[in-house]
Amino acid sequence: MPHLNSAFNLACWLTHNHQDAEDVVQEAYLRAFRFFDGFHGEDGRAWLLTIVRNTFYSWYQERQKLRQETAFDEQLHQAGAGDSVGQMPPDNNPEALLISKDSERQLQQALQALPLEFREVMVMRELEELSYKQIAGIVGIPIGTVMSRLGRGRKLLAAILAPDTAPQER
Amino acid sequence: MMDHQEVQELLPAYADQELGIVETLEIERHLESCADCQREYAAQRIVSARFKKDASYFEAPAHLTQRIMDALPQDEPGTRFWQRSWSFNWRNAGAALAAMLALAWSVGLYLNLPSDQDKLTDEVVASHVRSLQVDHLSDVVSTDQHTVKPWFNGKLNFSPPVVDLAAQGFPLTGGRLDYLGGRPVAALVYRHAQHPINLYVWPTTERDVAPQLQNRQGYHLVRWTWDGMNYWAVSDLAARDLEQFGGMVRSMVRQ
Repeated sequence: MPHLNSAFNLACWLTHNHQDAEDVVQEAYLRAFRFFDGFHGEDGRAWLLTIVRNTFYSWYQERQKLRQETAFDEQLHQAGAGDSVGQMPPDNNPEALLISKDSERQLQQALQALPLEFREVMVMRELEELSYKQIAGIVGIPIGTVMSRLGRGRKLLAAILAPDTAPQER
Repeated sequence: MMDHQEVQELLPAYADQELGIVETLEIERHLESCADCQREYAAQRIVSARFKKDASYFEAPAHLTQRIMDALPQDEPGTRFWQRSWSFNWRNAGAALAAMLALAWSVGLYLNLPSDQDKLTDEVVASHVRSLQVDHLSDVVSTDQHTVKPWFNGKLNFSPPVVDLAAQGFPLTGGRLDYLGGRPVAALVYRHAQHPINLYVWPTTERDVAPQLQNRQGYHLVRWTWDGMNYWAVSDLAARDLEQFGGMVRSMVRQ
Protein backbone atom coordinates (compact mmCIF):
# COMPACT_ATOMS: atom_id res chain seq x y z
CA MET A 1 0.00 0.00 0.00
CA PRO A 2 1.66 3.28 -1.03
CA HIS A 3 2.63 5.89 1.58
CA LEU A 4 0.85 3.94 4.30
CA ASN A 5 3.38 4.85 6.99
CA SER A 6 3.12 8.57 6.21
CA ALA A 7 -0.66 8.36 6.23
CA PHE A 8 -0.77 6.44 9.49
CA ASN A 9 1.78 8.68 11.19
CA LEU A 10 -0.18 11.83 10.35
CA ALA A 11 -3.47 10.21 11.40
CA CYS A 12 -1.98 9.16 14.74
CA TRP A 13 -0.77 12.67 15.42
CA LEU A 14 -4.18 14.10 14.56
CA THR A 15 -6.35 11.58 16.39
CA HIS A 16 -4.04 10.72 19.34
CA ASN A 17 -5.24 7.18 19.16
CA HIS A 18 -4.09 4.19 17.12
CA GLN A 19 -7.54 2.69 16.68
CA ASP A 20 -9.04 5.97 15.47
CA ALA A 21 -6.01 6.53 13.25
CA GLU A 22 -6.60 3.15 11.60
CA ASP A 23 -10.23 4.06 10.96
CA VAL A 24 -9.27 7.41 9.44
CA VAL A 25 -6.55 5.89 7.26
CA GLN A 26 -8.87 3.15 6.03
CA GLU A 27 -11.55 5.68 5.11
CA ALA A 28 -8.93 7.89 3.45
CA TYR A 29 -7.63 5.03 1.30
CA LEU A 30 -11.15 4.13 0.25
CA ARG A 31 -11.66 7.73 -0.80
CA ALA A 32 -8.30 7.75 -2.57
CA PHE A 33 -9.36 4.61 -4.39
CA ARG A 34 -12.62 6.24 -5.48
CA PHE A 35 -11.02 9.48 -6.60
CA PHE A 36 -7.80 8.14 -8.05
CA ASP A 37 -8.76 9.03 -11.61
CA GLY A 38 -8.94 12.67 -10.50
CA PHE A 39 -5.25 12.57 -9.66
CA HIS A 40 -2.88 13.52 -12.46
CA GLY A 41 0.00 14.95 -10.47
CA GLU A 42 3.25 13.38 -9.48
CA ASP A 43 3.27 14.01 -5.77
CA GLY A 44 1.25 11.01 -4.67
CA ARG A 45 2.24 11.33 -1.05
CA ALA A 46 1.04 14.94 -0.72
CA TRP A 47 -2.18 14.01 -2.50
CA LEU A 48 -2.78 11.13 -0.13
CA LEU A 49 -1.95 13.18 2.97
CA THR A 50 -4.47 15.79 1.82
CA ILE A 51 -7.11 13.08 1.76
CA VAL A 52 -6.04 11.75 5.16
CA ARG A 53 -6.28 15.24 6.61
CA ASN A 54 -9.69 15.95 5.07
CA THR A 55 -10.95 12.58 6.22
CA PHE A 56 -9.74 13.32 9.71
CA TYR A 57 -11.53 16.66 9.84
CA SER A 58 -14.84 15.16 8.67
CA TRP A 59 -14.43 12.36 11.19
CA TYR A 60 -13.60 14.88 13.90
CA GLN A 61 -16.61 17.01 13.08
CA GLU A 62 -18.88 13.98 13.06
CA ARG A 63 -17.55 12.93 16.41
CA GLN A 64 -18.08 16.36 17.91
CA LYS A 65 -21.69 16.29 16.73
CA LEU A 66 -22.21 12.85 18.25
CA ARG A 67 -20.97 14.17 21.53
CA GLN A 68 -23.64 16.85 21.27
CA GLU A 69 -21.04 19.46 21.69
CA THR A 70 -20.56 22.49 19.52
CA ALA A 71 -19.57 21.60 16.01
CA PHE A 72 -15.99 22.04 14.90
CA ASP A 73 -15.28 25.72 14.94
CA GLU A 74 -12.23 27.18 13.29
CA GLN A 75 -12.30 30.19 15.61
CA LEU A 76 -12.32 27.98 18.65
CA HIS A 77 -9.15 26.38 17.38
CA GLN A 78 -7.58 29.64 16.38
CA ALA A 79 -7.98 30.71 19.96
CA GLY A 80 -6.16 27.55 20.95
CA ALA A 81 -8.94 26.63 23.32
CA GLY A 82 -9.20 23.11 24.65
CA ASP A 83 -8.49 21.28 21.46
CA SER A 84 -8.24 17.57 21.76
CA VAL A 85 -6.25 17.03 24.90
CA GLY A 86 -9.09 17.01 27.33
CA GLN A 87 -11.44 15.07 25.07
CA MET A 88 -9.09 12.48 23.72
CA PRO A 89 -6.70 11.11 26.26
CA PRO A 90 -3.46 9.82 24.78
CA ASP A 91 -2.75 6.13 24.74
CA ASN A 92 -0.33 6.50 27.59
CA ASN A 93 -1.36 7.26 31.10
CA PRO A 94 -1.11 11.05 31.53
CA GLU A 95 0.08 10.77 35.11
CA ALA A 96 2.90 8.53 34.09
CA LEU A 97 3.79 11.09 31.47
CA LEU A 98 3.80 13.90 33.99
CA ILE A 99 6.09 12.10 36.35
CA SER A 100 8.44 10.97 33.65
CA LYS A 101 11.49 13.13 33.12
CA ASP A 102 12.23 11.34 29.94
CA SER A 103 12.80 13.91 27.19
CA GLU A 104 10.92 11.89 24.60
CA ARG A 105 7.83 11.62 26.75
CA GLN A 106 7.95 15.27 27.72
CA LEU A 107 8.00 16.25 24.09
CA GLN A 108 5.26 13.80 23.23
CA GLN A 109 3.07 15.24 25.94
CA ALA A 110 3.85 18.83 25.01
CA LEU A 111 2.87 18.06 21.44
CA GLN A 112 -0.41 16.61 22.48
CA ALA A 113 -1.16 19.86 24.26
CA LEU A 114 -0.52 21.81 21.08
CA PRO A 115 -3.56 22.98 19.09
CA LEU A 116 -4.27 20.90 15.99
CA GLU A 117 -3.45 23.59 13.46
CA PHE A 118 0.10 23.88 14.78
CA ARG A 119 0.60 20.19 15.39
CA GLU A 120 -0.31 19.18 11.86
CA VAL A 121 2.10 21.55 10.11
CA MET A 122 4.89 20.61 12.51
CA VAL A 123 4.41 16.89 11.95
CA MET A 124 4.38 17.43 8.19
CA ARG A 125 7.54 19.50 8.34
CA GLU A 126 9.69 17.75 10.94
CA LEU A 127 8.61 14.14 10.54
CA GLU A 128 7.50 13.95 6.92
CA GLU A 129 10.01 16.58 5.76
CA LEU A 130 7.56 18.15 3.34
CA SER A 131 8.35 21.52 1.80
CA TYR A 132 6.39 24.65 2.74
CA LYS A 133 4.80 24.51 -0.69
CA GLN A 134 3.64 20.93 -0.22
CA ILE A 135 2.27 21.70 3.25
CA ALA A 136 0.48 24.79 1.93
CA GLY A 137 -1.16 22.58 -0.69
CA ILE A 138 -2.20 19.91 1.80
CA VAL A 139 -3.60 22.27 4.44
CA GLY A 140 -4.99 24.73 1.90
CA ILE A 141 -3.31 27.85 3.30
CA PRO A 142 -0.75 30.29 1.84
CA ILE A 143 2.97 29.49 2.21
CA GLY A 144 3.35 32.52 4.49
CA THR A 145 0.79 31.04 6.86
CA VAL A 146 2.69 27.74 6.87
CA MET A 147 5.76 29.69 7.93
CA SER A 148 4.02 31.61 10.70
CA ARG A 149 2.28 28.50 12.04
CA LEU A 150 5.58 26.64 12.19
CA GLY A 151 7.27 29.59 13.88
CA ARG A 152 4.46 30.08 16.36
CA GLY A 153 4.07 26.33 16.95
CA ARG A 154 7.74 26.01 17.83
CA LYS A 155 7.46 28.93 20.23
CA LEU A 156 4.42 27.38 21.88
CA LEU A 157 6.20 24.07 22.16
CA ALA A 158 9.26 25.70 23.70
CA ALA A 159 7.00 27.46 26.19
CA ILE A 160 5.23 24.24 27.16
CA LEU A 161 8.52 22.38 27.49
CA ALA A 162 10.18 25.05 29.60
CA PRO A 163 7.42 26.88 31.49
CA ASP A 164 9.94 28.38 33.92
CA THR A 165 11.80 30.34 31.31
CA ALA A 166 8.90 31.30 29.09
CA PRO A 167 5.30 32.07 29.95
CA GLN A 168 2.78 29.52 28.69
CA GLU A 169 0.47 30.82 26.04
CA ARG A 170 -2.55 28.88 27.03
CA MET B 1 16.83 46.21 3.21
CA MET B 2 14.75 44.21 5.66
CA ASP B 3 13.88 45.69 9.00
CA HIS B 4 14.03 43.81 12.28
CA GLN B 5 10.35 42.90 12.24
CA GLU B 6 10.54 41.38 8.76
CA VAL B 7 13.58 39.34 9.72
CA GLN B 8 11.79 38.06 12.82
CA GLU B 9 8.87 36.94 10.71
CA LEU B 10 11.08 35.15 8.20
CA LEU B 11 13.26 33.35 10.76
CA PRO B 12 11.24 30.10 10.75
CA ALA B 13 11.64 29.83 6.98
CA TYR B 14 15.31 30.77 7.29
CA ALA B 15 15.81 27.99 9.86
CA ASP B 16 14.10 25.59 7.46
CA GLN B 17 16.21 26.73 4.49
CA GLU B 18 13.07 27.62 2.60
CA LEU B 19 14.10 31.13 1.55
CA GLY B 20 15.64 32.34 -1.67
CA ILE B 21 19.27 33.35 -1.79
CA VAL B 22 18.54 37.08 -1.60
CA GLU B 23 16.43 36.85 1.55
CA THR B 24 18.86 34.34 3.06
CA LEU B 25 21.78 36.73 2.59
CA GLU B 26 19.83 39.67 4.00
CA ILE B 27 18.93 37.69 7.08
CA GLU B 28 22.50 36.49 7.53
CA ARG B 29 23.65 40.08 7.43
CA HIS B 30 21.04 41.14 9.97
CA LEU B 31 21.83 38.20 12.28
CA GLU B 32 25.46 39.24 12.56
CA SER B 33 24.49 42.29 14.55
CA CYS B 34 21.17 41.40 16.22
CA ALA B 35 21.32 39.36 19.43
CA ASP B 36 17.52 39.16 19.60
CA CYS B 37 17.22 37.50 16.22
CA GLN B 38 20.16 35.21 16.97
CA ARG B 39 18.33 33.96 20.06
CA GLU B 40 15.09 33.51 18.18
CA TYR B 41 16.84 31.67 15.35
CA ALA B 42 18.61 29.38 17.82
CA ALA B 43 15.30 28.71 19.59
CA GLN B 44 13.63 27.74 16.31
CA ARG B 45 16.49 25.38 15.46
CA ILE B 46 16.53 23.77 18.90
CA VAL B 47 12.81 22.99 18.98
CA SER B 48 12.93 21.74 15.42
CA ALA B 49 15.89 19.45 16.16
CA ARG B 50 14.28 18.16 19.33
CA PHE B 51 11.05 17.44 17.48
CA LYS B 52 12.91 15.45 14.84
CA LYS B 53 14.84 13.55 17.48
CA ASP B 54 12.19 12.85 20.10
CA ALA B 55 8.79 12.83 18.44
CA SER B 56 7.46 9.36 17.67
CA TYR B 57 7.04 8.27 14.10
CA PHE B 58 4.06 5.93 14.08
CA GLU B 59 4.58 3.13 11.60
CA ALA B 60 1.47 1.55 10.15
CA PRO B 61 0.68 -1.83 11.72
CA ALA B 62 1.05 -4.84 9.44
CA HIS B 63 -2.66 -5.70 9.49
CA LEU B 64 -3.73 -2.29 8.19
CA THR B 65 -3.01 -3.11 4.56
CA GLN B 66 -5.16 -6.22 4.74
CA ARG B 67 -7.89 -4.31 6.54
CA ILE B 68 -8.04 -1.68 3.79
CA MET B 69 -8.02 -4.29 1.05
CA ASP B 70 -10.90 -6.11 2.72
CA ALA B 71 -12.86 -2.86 2.94
CA LEU B 72 -12.51 -2.05 -0.76
CA PRO B 73 -15.88 -2.32 -2.51
CA GLN B 74 -16.58 -5.89 -3.57
CA ASP B 75 -19.58 -5.42 -5.85
CA GLU B 76 -18.23 -3.01 -8.45
CA PRO B 77 -17.20 -4.49 -11.76
CA GLY B 78 -13.49 -4.83 -12.05
CA THR B 79 -12.91 -4.69 -8.33
CA ARG B 80 -10.99 -7.92 -8.27
CA PHE B 81 -8.67 -6.55 -10.87
CA TRP B 82 -8.22 -3.38 -8.84
CA GLN B 83 -7.52 -5.22 -5.67
CA ARG B 84 -4.84 -7.20 -7.40
CA SER B 85 -3.22 -4.05 -8.69
CA TRP B 86 -3.66 -2.27 -5.41
CA SER B 87 -2.03 -5.04 -3.42
CA PHE B 88 0.86 -4.97 -5.80
CA ASN B 89 1.75 -1.33 -5.53
CA TRP B 90 0.68 2.20 -6.35
CA ARG B 91 2.75 2.41 -9.47
CA ASN B 92 1.08 -0.60 -11.02
CA ALA B 93 -2.35 0.70 -10.11
CA GLY B 94 -1.36 4.01 -11.66
CA ALA B 95 -0.04 2.34 -14.79
CA ALA B 96 -3.16 0.23 -15.18
CA LEU B 97 -5.40 3.23 -14.76
CA ALA B 98 -3.19 5.20 -17.09
CA ALA B 99 -3.64 2.60 -19.77
CA MET B 100 -7.40 2.93 -19.48
CA LEU B 101 -7.33 6.70 -19.42
CA ALA B 102 -5.00 6.80 -22.33
CA LEU B 103 -7.26 4.60 -24.38
CA ALA B 104 -10.32 6.56 -23.39
CA TRP B 105 -8.99 10.07 -23.70
CA SER B 106 -5.51 10.89 -24.72
CA VAL B 107 -2.07 9.52 -25.00
CA GLY B 108 -0.70 12.69 -23.47
CA LEU B 109 -1.94 11.79 -20.01
CA TYR B 110 0.09 8.66 -20.05
CA LEU B 111 3.32 10.59 -20.23
CA ASN B 112 2.73 12.02 -16.76
CA LEU B 113 2.45 8.74 -14.98
CA PRO B 114 4.92 7.04 -12.70
CA SER B 115 5.92 4.22 -15.00
CA ASP B 116 7.47 6.77 -17.36
CA GLN B 117 9.11 8.55 -14.46
CA ASP B 118 10.55 5.20 -13.51
CA LYS B 119 12.01 4.62 -16.93
CA LEU B 120 13.42 8.11 -16.92
CA THR B 121 15.01 7.53 -13.50
CA ASP B 122 16.77 4.47 -14.90
CA GLU B 123 17.91 6.47 -17.88
CA VAL B 124 19.25 9.30 -15.73
CA VAL B 125 21.22 6.90 -13.54
CA ALA B 126 22.55 5.07 -16.60
CA SER B 127 23.59 8.35 -18.16
CA HIS B 128 25.29 9.45 -14.95
CA VAL B 129 27.23 6.21 -14.70
CA ARG B 130 28.19 6.32 -18.38
CA SER B 131 29.45 9.87 -18.02
CA LEU B 132 31.82 8.71 -15.27
CA GLN B 133 33.23 5.79 -17.22
CA VAL B 134 35.65 6.84 -19.93
CA ASP B 135 36.47 10.41 -19.21
CA HIS B 136 33.26 11.54 -20.79
CA LEU B 137 32.08 13.75 -17.98
CA SER B 138 32.48 17.09 -19.75
CA ASP B 139 32.58 18.28 -23.34
CA VAL B 140 33.29 21.80 -22.24
CA VAL B 141 35.65 21.93 -19.28
CA SER B 142 35.33 25.16 -17.40
CA THR B 143 34.57 26.44 -13.95
CA ASP B 144 33.11 29.61 -15.41
CA GLN B 145 29.36 29.77 -15.89
CA HIS B 146 29.90 32.39 -18.59
CA THR B 147 31.90 29.86 -20.62
CA VAL B 148 29.65 26.88 -20.00
CA LYS B 149 26.33 28.57 -20.75
CA PRO B 150 27.24 29.97 -24.19
CA TRP B 151 28.78 26.63 -25.12
CA PHE B 152 25.24 25.24 -25.37
CA ASN B 153 24.27 27.88 -27.94
CA GLY B 154 23.18 26.25 -31.15
CA LYS B 155 23.56 22.79 -29.66
CA LEU B 156 20.21 22.88 -27.89
CA ASN B 157 16.95 24.61 -28.74
CA PHE B 158 16.76 26.09 -25.25
CA SER B 159 19.08 27.92 -22.90
CA PRO B 160 19.71 26.06 -19.64
CA PRO B 161 20.24 28.18 -16.51
CA VAL B 162 23.85 27.79 -15.36
CA VAL B 163 24.61 28.88 -11.81
CA ASP B 164 27.89 29.22 -9.97
CA LEU B 165 27.97 27.47 -6.59
CA ALA B 166 31.73 27.43 -5.98
CA ALA B 167 31.34 29.64 -2.92
CA GLN B 168 28.89 27.15 -1.45
CA GLY B 169 31.26 24.21 -1.93
CA PHE B 170 29.82 22.90 -5.18
CA PRO B 171 32.14 24.16 -7.94
CA LEU B 172 31.01 23.89 -11.54
CA THR B 173 33.45 21.78 -13.53
CA GLY B 174 31.90 21.70 -16.97
CA GLY B 175 29.00 20.69 -19.15
CA ARG B 176 28.07 18.39 -21.99
CA LEU B 177 25.19 17.40 -24.19
CA ASP B 178 23.28 14.30 -23.25
CA TYR B 179 20.21 12.47 -24.42
CA LEU B 180 17.34 11.54 -22.11
CA GLY B 181 13.73 10.52 -22.63
CA GLY B 182 14.15 10.83 -26.39
CA ARG B 183 15.46 14.36 -26.45
CA PRO B 184 18.77 16.21 -26.14
CA VAL B 185 19.33 17.73 -22.70
CA ALA B 186 21.93 19.91 -21.02
CA ALA B 187 24.14 18.15 -18.47
CA LEU B 188 25.93 20.46 -16.05
CA VAL B 189 28.72 18.93 -14.04
CA TYR B 190 29.40 20.01 -10.47
CA ARG B 191 31.68 18.55 -7.89
CA HIS B 192 31.53 18.31 -4.12
CA ALA B 193 34.55 16.85 -2.32
CA GLN B 194 35.50 14.60 -5.26
CA HIS B 195 31.92 13.47 -5.83
CA PRO B 196 30.70 14.44 -9.30
CA ILE B 197 27.14 15.66 -9.63
CA ASN B 198 25.31 15.62 -12.95
CA LEU B 199 22.54 18.19 -13.21
CA TYR B 200 20.31 17.49 -16.20
CA VAL B 201 18.13 20.32 -17.46
CA TRP B 202 15.54 20.34 -20.20
CA PRO B 203 12.31 22.20 -20.96
CA THR B 204 8.87 20.86 -20.16
CA THR B 205 5.30 22.05 -20.44
CA GLU B 206 4.33 20.51 -17.12
CA ARG B 207 3.50 22.53 -14.04
CA ASP B 208 5.94 23.08 -11.16
CA VAL B 209 6.75 20.12 -8.96
CA ALA B 210 8.50 20.33 -5.60
CA PRO B 211 11.82 18.49 -5.22
CA GLN B 212 11.63 14.76 -4.72
CA LEU B 213 14.41 12.50 -3.57
CA GLN B 214 14.90 9.02 -4.93
CA ASN B 215 17.45 6.26 -4.57
CA ARG B 216 18.41 4.03 -7.42
CA GLN B 217 21.27 1.56 -7.51
CA GLY B 218 23.07 3.34 -4.70
CA TYR B 219 22.80 6.75 -6.34
CA HIS B 220 20.68 9.56 -5.06
CA LEU B 221 18.49 11.62 -7.34
CA VAL B 222 16.71 14.89 -6.67
CA ARG B 223 14.33 16.11 -9.31
CA TRP B 224 11.99 19.04 -9.57
CA THR B 225 10.19 21.13 -12.14
CA TRP B 226 10.25 24.88 -12.08
CA ASP B 227 9.23 27.55 -14.52
CA GLY B 228 9.01 25.24 -17.51
CA MET B 229 12.24 23.35 -16.90
CA ASN B 230 12.86 19.85 -15.58
CA TYR B 231 15.86 19.46 -13.28
CA TRP B 232 17.40 16.13 -12.31
CA ALA B 233 20.44 16.06 -10.05
CA VAL B 234 22.15 12.70 -9.61
CA SER B 235 25.21 11.77 -7.60
CA ASP B 236 26.73 9.31 -5.15
CA LEU B 237 26.68 12.12 -2.57
CA ALA B 238 24.78 11.64 0.68
CA ALA B 239 21.07 12.36 0.24
CA ARG B 240 21.26 15.38 2.51
CA ASP B 241 24.14 16.95 0.57
CA LEU B 242 22.41 16.40 -2.73
CA GLU B 243 19.20 17.93 -1.41
CA GLN B 244 21.20 20.89 -0.21
CA PHE B 245 22.71 21.20 -3.67
CA GLY B 246 19.24 21.09 -5.22
CA GLY B 247 18.04 23.74 -2.79
CA MET B 248 20.87 26.07 -3.73
CA VAL B 249 20.35 25.60 -7.44
CA ARG B 250 16.67 26.34 -6.98
CA SER B 251 17.24 29.52 -5.01
CA MET B 252 19.90 30.74 -7.47
CA VAL B 253 17.75 30.02 -10.51
CA ARG B 254 14.84 31.94 -9.00
CA GLN B 255 16.83 35.11 -8.66
